[in-house]
Amino acid sequence: MPVSVRPVARPSRGLWEQVYILEVVRGLGVTFRHFFVNLWRHGLKLAGRATEPGAVTIQYPDDPAVLGRRARTRHRLLRRADGSPRCTSCLLCETICPAKCIHITAEESPDPGVEKRARSFDIDIGMCVFCGHCVEACPVDAIRMDADRVELAAYSRTALIWDIESLMQEPR
Amino acid sequence: MILLGWTAAKVAGALGFGLGLAGFLGWVERKQSAVLQDRIGANRADIFGWRILGLFHPVADGIKLMTKEDFIPRGVLRPFHDLAPALSLGCCMVCLAALPFGGEFEAFGGSWSLQPLPSPVGLVYVLALLGLGVHGVVMAGYASRSNYGLLGGLRGAAQMIATEVCMAAILAGPVFLYGTLDLQEAVRWQGRLLGGWLPAWGVFTQPLAFLLFLVAGTAASKRTPFDLPEGESEIVGYHVEYSGMKFGMFMMSDFIENIVVCGLGAALFLGGWQVPFAHLGGPLGGAVMLVSFGAKTCALIFLLMQVRWTLPRLRFDQLLDLGWKWLLPLALANFLATVWAVWWLGRHACL
Repeated sequence: MPVSVRPVARPSRGLWEQVYILEVVRGLGVTFRHFFVNLWRHGLKLAGRATEPGAVTIQYPDDPAVLGRRARTRHRLLRRADGSPRCTSCLLCETICPAKCIHITAEESPDPGVEKRARSFDIDIGMCVFCGHCVEACPVDAIRMDADRVELAAYSRTALIWDIESLMQEPR
Repeated sequence: MILLGWTAAKVAGALGFGLGLAGFLGWVERKQSAVLQDRIGANRADIFGWRILGLFHPVADGIKLMTKEDFIPRGVLRPFHDLAPALSLGCCMVCLAALPFGGEFEAFGGSWSLQPLPSPVGLVYVLALLGLGVHGVVMAGYASRSNYGLLGGLRGAAQMIATEVCMAAILAGPVFLYGTLDLQEAVRWQGRLLGGWLPAWGVFTQPLAFLLFLVAGTAASKRTPFDLPEGESEIVGYHVEYSGMKFGMFMMSDFIENIVVCGLGAALFLGGWQVPFAHLGGPLGGAVMLVSFGAKTCALIFLLMQVRWTLPRLRFDQLLDLGWKWLLPLALANFLATVWAVWWLGRHACL
């Protein structure tokens, strides 16, 4: 089978672009424009009458991080009306997890209408890839991921393994 | 005795100007690049919560460089490895002394010159020492016993030869026009007015030479787009095996070379300490001279800094092409045109 090839022409450079001097001047025009416009905006801000920001920088630890509206990050285990976890230890989330970061041990549930419950439910957040498959897989809506909870850092790897109690904490 | 004290004060002032401005330029470079790239730039260093636009960062940098471990790799050529930064920094620091920071002014019953080192061959002195500075670069690359360092040193040498020759050819034009190698005399020549309204600055009488000088000067001070000896994305450069303040000295010498080149440009092309349409005299006039020269130098530095953050680095063959095929012929043509113009104007008694 013949391979179909589509030749892509190199962008041609005119005389002025090859001489480069005009291009240098144009480039300097762009950077000078940015410089003075931003300087003017910074000056307005110092004078207390800011209209537009002079920089796109988000000074993150001082200012809150700006996340996408659909970003879902920290896991949370939901509760029933009586406060016990909704999880029925069906292991679907543990099975589908591509990073293998969910570890569940099941035990018998005292509620006759529910077969099992989780004795322990650990998520190694250091391994998690935040794909959201666990939320998709859960048949009883027991696990969700919260928005705007991205500060997950810890000083050791073991501190990144979260047990059922910390996973059930409500966002503040 | 008073004369000795005055000279010492001038030398100290020139060194203070160079070193202080070099430290300040670190801040300028960060902030200018940040503002033109829609960023904020380094603003975290503070003293008791005062940040003043990140101006403490040069101080923090200095303290860091001074207190850092001076790591010397095994196998370096010891005396030369230590000598290279000192040579590099020393060569460009002594250039500062020849810059005409100001002219003469009358005060206290005498005439005082503001140039630290008045010399009839000031220009040759500056060019020679700027050229000597490359020995530090080559020595650093060679003594490091590192291939990357050596490549950086070789590039530095080739670049310096390509640009120093051009630099001399470029400056031949204005020198012929002013009829002097003395920087002070050159500045004084530019004090006249052309046609009664246009100051006879080199930028008006020698526009092509000014443009070429900016290119060659950037290359001589190893700044982007001519920072091939460093080229941190390719070879890191001739100072790859240096740490702590020795690395800091290379960086300082880059900045001071920049200041020297811009000071030279201000003296030869922007009328030095002259203020158009003003006759400067007395101590106040002396102060105005210093301010005028400093402002012109800083304006040139600002322009070169902007170029540094606008253009990408040239490839090595492009650099040599530019130097040998464009700068040198254009500079020689400019020189010949100047010679012809001076001869013609002299015959018709206009100059």
